Amino acid sequence: MDFLTGEMLLELCKKENISISRAMLDREKILGGASEETITKKLERVWEIMQHAAKTPVDTPKSSIGGLIGGQAKGIYENMQNGNNLCGPILSRAMAYACATLEVNASMGLIVAAPTAGSSGVIPGVLLAYQEVKQVPDSMIYRGLLNASAIGYLLMKSASVSGAEAGCQAEVGSASAMAASAIVELMGGNEEQCLNAASLAISNLLGLVCDPIAGLVESPCQTRNSIGAANALTAAEMTLAGVRFPIPFDEMAKAMLRVGKSLPFELRETALGGCAGTATGCSLGCDICGN
Amino acid sequence: MNFLSIFDVIGPNMIGPSSSHTAGACAIALLSKKMFQHPIQKVTFTLYGSFARTYKGHGTDKALLGGILGFQTDDERLRDAFAHADEQGVEYQFLIDEKTVVNHPNTADILMESADGHRLFVRGESIGGGKMKIVQIDGIDVDFTGEYTTLIIQQTDKPGVVAHITNCLAKHEVNIAFLRLFREEKGAKAYTIVESDEPIPAASLDAIKENEHIRELMLIQM
Repeated sequence: MDFLTGEMLLELCKKENISISRAMLDREKILGGASEETITKKLERVWEIMQHAAKTPVDTPKSSIGGLIGGQAKGIYENMQNGNNLCGPILSRAMAYACATLEVNASMGLIVAAPTAGSSGVIPGVLLAYQEVKQVPDSMIYRGLLNASAIGYLLMKSASVSGAEAGCQAEVGSASAMAASAIVELMGGNEEQCLNAASLAISNLLGLVCDPIAGLVESPCQTRNSIGAANALTAAEMTLAGVRFPIPFDEMAKAMLRVGKSLPFELRETALGGCAGTATGCSLGCDICGN
Repeated sequence: MNFLSIFDVIGPNMIGPSSSHTAGACAIALLSKKMFQHPIQKVTFTLYGSFARTYKGHGTDKALLGGILGFQTDDERLRDAFAHADEQGVEYQFLIDEKTVVNHPNTADILMESADGHRLFVRGESIGGGKMKIVQIDGIDVDFTGEYTTLIIQQTDKPGVVAHITNCLAKHEVNIAFLRLFREEKGAKAYTIVESDEPIPAASLDAIKENEHIRELMLIQM
């Protein structure tokens, strides 16, 4: 029942004639010993927390602990409501909701690590925007979460979802691949297309460094979550339009880990390089931490 | 590798901003509170490594204090832990130690004191993804995670004490998952740490206490 690679997942889906979300649900029931009812209850709670975190700062923003973020989601949302958005209803919403979730996270609010706290905005951003615009029921969103968790599980097994280990590509990149695959399933794409979208999403963010200013999960983490959401939507749309990425998912997962391992120490969550290592980044770090 | 659940991937549900600096810190303090079986009047935290450098921006201080107050890692009261501690009359102090070299960059010491003079010192490490382990109790190196039912026995290092403990547990049909002995030096203070998949019945503790070399028991049920 378990699948250790994308290829095994595809074989399983083909053999049993099931979707990726169903394969992940069956795996949890059989190997995890959980009933479908318990799993659904937990998914309901996950979705409740995700929606709350994605929506609250749009109305009532709060400043982050480090003071680097707060209010961005509201700004993006209002800009859209005023008809000034460039990106269309799904993408503009996804941007706002991804930013909002990171605002909640950075002000000690309740979020779902998906797969990490630093990348917690991508999946709710994409799924909530999709639900609002396409008017799909929550049951479809749970399918999306299950599909996304299958991809995340494979990346945890064969690559990494840790910024300290493999950079932001492993956090926001993984979240983006998870969301891309989920949207493809919800849009009626097949299992190969789900993995294609995930590979494409990984390839687009390959090499992205983890360089949090002052070492805090605030900036550039927040806006990177928006990019992760945008990347997921474009990877899904390209896939559904017939764009085929030549490298299989399992090879892309390995490539991501290899790239991550070859990133210098300064660019893996140490706050020594990238945005954090700029003159302004350093001085903001000193101001916040008082060092 | 342990079974990775859907909710290990899309999860945990946690108070941000950081699984290691916030959720892991809270989990260390929560387990420490469970080990100290007296009302806490005063608590002193010492932060090392990355905890010492970035604790404020990650809310590590609030997460630690919240854990001491019994808040879980997804409890929204963590944000206001200082106010809750003041309300409950728990005194707290944070010390920053950037000089001492520790084994893990995310290390915290917690000294808990009760009004009637009981004290317990615990050192914990937040090892990533919200996971943590306790690595020291009252200066003795130990190693456990609180993921199982855990029985911590403080004893004098004498022959037959561990045999007595396992005998008592066997009589109460406790299946031991892990058992380890940690000691200060030969013949001095030692800790036996027993981890079990099932709850450990209170009656077995009474039997264990009957041995003259047993000093104190701490039971953390799952």
